Amino acid sequence: MERFLQVVVDGIADGSIYAALALALVLIFRSTGVVNFAQGEMAMFSTFVAWALADAGVPLGLAVVGALAFAFAAGMVVERVLIRPVEGGNPLSLVIVTLGLFILVNSAAGWIWGFNIKEFPALFPGGVAQIGNVSLSIESLGIIAVLLVVVGLLWLLFTKTPIGLAMRAAAQSPSSARLVGIPVGRMLMLGWGMASLLGALAGVLVAHRLFLDTNLMAGVLVYSFAGAALGGFDSPIGAVVGSWIIGVTEALAGTYINAIGSDLKVLVPLGIIFVVLLVRPSGLFGSPEVTRA
Amino acid sequence: MSLVRITAGSRVHLALRAGIWLLVAIILIGIPFDSNPSVNGNLTLVMSYAVAAMGLGLLVGYAGQISLGQGAFFAIGAYAAASMLAKTGLPYLLALPLAAAVTFLIGLAFGIPAVRLRGLYLALVTLALAVAVGPVIKRAEPITGGVSGLSVRQPPAPGWLAVAPDQWLYLLSLVVTAIMLLLAANLTRGSLGRALVAIRDGERAARTSGVHVSRTKALLFAVAGAYAGVGGALFAYGQGFVAPESFTLLLSFTFLGAVVVGGLGTVIGSVLGSLFVVFVPQYAGGVNQALTGVVYGATLIAVVYLMPSGAAGLLRRLRRLLIDIVEPTPARPEPSPPPPDAQRGVHDAVPTSDPAPAGSDPAAARGLRP
Repeated sequence: MERFLQVVVDGIADGSIYAALALALVLIFRSTGVVNFAQGEMAMFSTFVAWALADAGVPLGLAVVGALAFAFAAGMVVERVLIRPVEGGNPLSLVIVTLGLFILVNSAAGWIWGFNIKEFPALFPGGVAQIGNVSLSIESLGIIAVLLVVVGLLWLLFTKTPIGLAMRAAAQSPSSARLVGIPVGRMLMLGWGMASLLGALAGVLVAHRLFLDTNLMAGVLVYSFAGAALGGFDSPIGAVVGSWIIGVTEALAGTYINAIGSDLKVLVPLGIIFVVLLVRPSGLFGSPEVTRA
Repeated sequence: MSLVRITAGSRVHLALRAGIWLLVAIILIGIPFDSNPSVNGNLTLVMSYAVAAMGLGLLVGYAGQISLGQGAFFAIGAYAAASMLAKTGLPYLLALPLAAAVTFLIGLAFGIPAVRLRGLYLALVTLALAVAVGPVIKRAEPITGGVSGLSVRQPPAPGWLAVAPDQWLYLLSLVVTAIMLLLAANLTRGSLGRALVAIRDGERAARTSGVHVSRTKALLFAVAGAYAGVGGALFAYGQGFVAPESFTLLLSFTFLGAVVVGGLGTVIGSVLGSLFVVFVPQYAGGVNQALTGVVYGATLIAVVYLMPSGAAGLLRRLRRLLIDIVEPTPARPEPSPPPPDAQRGVHDAVPTSDPAPAGSDPAAARGLRP
């Protein structure tokens, strides 16, 4: 039983990392209507920025803040320079642009920092917290706490502040939003900046566990996709819950089903989304697609 | 504007078209005898990619279904052909259609449930397929050879034909690619092609006019799978070796890139796009090894901005600068007017259709073009 709880909490911690990136995907999907395949690579690049800052002697906390700020700015630049010219057009063009960005950013990071695996410092103290008979790793608990804070902040932003309202309006109906004086373009830039920041957060949280190299986020991105698809791609709450489900089932299956082991556990979340999407094509929390005849 | 003006369907037009295709055929057959084995090997690789991209092009360009799983079908085809050759004494010309049959059936099995999903969700489920194929290949060691891969007995050149192995592989791939190209062009002009375009442009309207939407889509998934299977088998023959590293997630992205760069809604575009995705990274690596991906990625993005209708669209524009093909003036009423699609098919060397995007209105896509 203790072991089971430990596995579940570790699974939720992994799921929280997927959730941060999944939230980034959902944020962009809701506002721009595009799935940003480069989201993970942008996060990986920002994580390298944090590593480089820390390596240059900047205190770790400051390095992470610097990387998040970099990610925010970079996300806005990407939206303005690369996405804006093809926005609202052929969705496939957007897909290809983000795929091109995926390849470009991945290679640029390797060119700047090399392809060797780097050790990323831990953000949380090691060791375990003893709760009754169960010993939970402090890192896992810390990651879960960070995600909950982020979700709370996002909720406050989108429901309680004028800028959040403007962002929602710009995402929901750009033309109406423009008519009431909302600078839609700037809202989209802001959305991409925030998404990039969330991705970078996922990157610095996961980098200590997976070690840092240019392929850091490729695996995480697949799980985040699965989590977002499971929850419904237009639902932020769905993205978090979906990612947790993915994280926990992955951890449980990898631990308890011998035939699956560590190499095939990626199939478990993929199998889940396949089945869920067949039963509920718009995900658990997503709104069904409504089309006009 | 144009230098020459000819009438569609006239004798000059038909002769010109036949002449151009003949010239292309002569050049393509001549290439392997005038270039070194590594160039021939690369072109053989391009053709294996092109066949898979053609299948994906049918799915994306004609039916508007975004699939990221073509790499998985490609891998299955390659392994099916490779393991059939390795485990049985099957002749390689028989292994090729058998590999296609395997991926056709898997495509059908996958397509029947997947047609319920649209757009993004379909892309994600097919992405799952692309991700899953690597670990499964590694695990299924008795069939696939696991991480160490399988070596493939390469097709030997027939004794009566004095060609080197690389030339024979090139010619074999050329013949197969040409057959698949003709089949695809035929398919898009036939009733299935019209049904697909109808589905892409308005699913409900298509249903109203008697198109069985889900059956057509599922069948198309199977056809796209078969194309990937043929491409995979050609890949296995050409490389002489299959290993899990050849079939990464990036491969599925590569096929999608080839389709879009080549031009949506054209069959020939997939071939042009495959040239791009094979040679651009290679030349980029020649410029600066570390910057391969930077140059490749930037070029991919630039292509989307600069030629949104793809290489095939660019070719068509160039041709219009030289030759203007006009519809014949109806001097006398024709006995039975041909359907609009048949007319379209006649006046272009490549089957053209509006490269409208998946599920969006064509006007928005048109606005994209410069």
